[in-house]
Amino acid sequence: MSNIPQELRYTETHEWIRLEEDGTLTVGITDHAQHLLGDIVFVELPEEGEECAAGDDVAVVESVKAASDVYAPVTGEIAAINTRLTDTPELINQDPYGEGWIFRVKPMDPEDYDALMDADAYQELISEDNE
Amino acid sequence: MVINAATTDKDLAWMRRQAEGFEVALQVRDDLALIAVQGPHAREKVHQVLGGGESEAAAALDPFSLAELDGMAVARTGYTGEDGYEVMLPAAGAVDFWRKLLAAGVAPCGLGARDTLRLEAGMNLYGADMDETVTPLESGLAWTVAFEPAERDFLGRAALERQKAEGVQRKLVGLVLEDRGVLRNHQIVRVAGEPAGEITSGSFSPTLGRAIALARVPADTGETVEVEVRGRPLRAKVVKPPFVRHGKALI
Repeated sequence: MSNIPQELRYTETHEWIRLEEDGTLTVGITDHAQHLLGDIVFVELPEEGEECAAGDDVAVVESVKAASDVYAPVTGEIAAINTRLTDTPELINQDPYGEGWIFRVKPMDPEDYDALMDADAYQELISEDNE
Repeated sequence: MVINAATTDKDLAWMRRQAEGFEVALQVRDDLALIAVQGPHAREKVHQVLGGGESEAAAALDPFSLAELDGMAVARTGYTGEDGYEVMLPAAGAVDFWRKLLAAGVAPCGLGARDTLRLEAGMNLYGADMDETVTPLESGLAWTVAFEPAERDFLGRAALERQKAEGVQRKLVGLVLEDRGVLRNHQIVRVAGEPAGEITSGSFSPTLGRAIALARVPADTGETVEVEVRGRPLRAKVVKPPFVRHGKALI
């Protein structure tokens, strides 16, 4: 059973999003995604300050099995990146919703957050995957 | 002969064709199973399970040799670059033997582990590093072909002699990625900036903590190449496999 924190939002491409107090969104990949990938050995991070459109591939997470793109959930600007992942990519496996966060984005339109999938909808999405 | 599970039917059909007209009988032993036990403690564990005279016979084995015991054969061989045994035994006894190994503390491992181990050991995988379109001379396997004595003909001798006379155009080499990333099968290898070769087996080496690969490149390729990884050229060092032996980095 995958861990899907209730307070987060999600995408169909298995990113999770957390709304921070300052309005930025922290983004990572879900427990379901890290489990499918296996041991993560390399993460390619975006640049701080980089602009992104919703749906752009901004990061890459690689395991022995596969390379997986990570997409920007909203249009905006990359506000921060988790540089610890450079030397310790396995943080994504160990703590996907905490220490394994990948980047933070400052949304151009704060309302874009409201349109994101909630935990129950994500749960349903991955149950369909498992059938 | 222990042949590749993916090509069994094809290989058997070929062997039967070659055997026609000779006094040769081919016996398929699908009543046998093969269990590989590998690692620094593998032999000790197998001796524990075998017990008695059988374990003594196994313990006396040199690397790459085989002992036929009562109803089983033990070979000090493997596909991992580690010490250990491949044990051939009746399939009917395989589950029992497996359980005894588990009870002795041997951990099962899967094909993902097998693939990184054999790649670290510089061992070819059929279907990836070699297939029907390439020769042993282009696959790092010239050492397995007995050209001596010169008067001995064998199937394929003429083709290999011809290739040697013309000059073997390609070679199989090891690559270690200098930049960070993962090497994968079929990525293009560039020599002096031009696409010239291809990765045949790529992965991430758990022992070395970096990406490694086997690649088929032009015979005159030097010490460094570039690999096209998701559209970007990354630097890789050309090395002679194996990358790892008995768990220790060699490169």
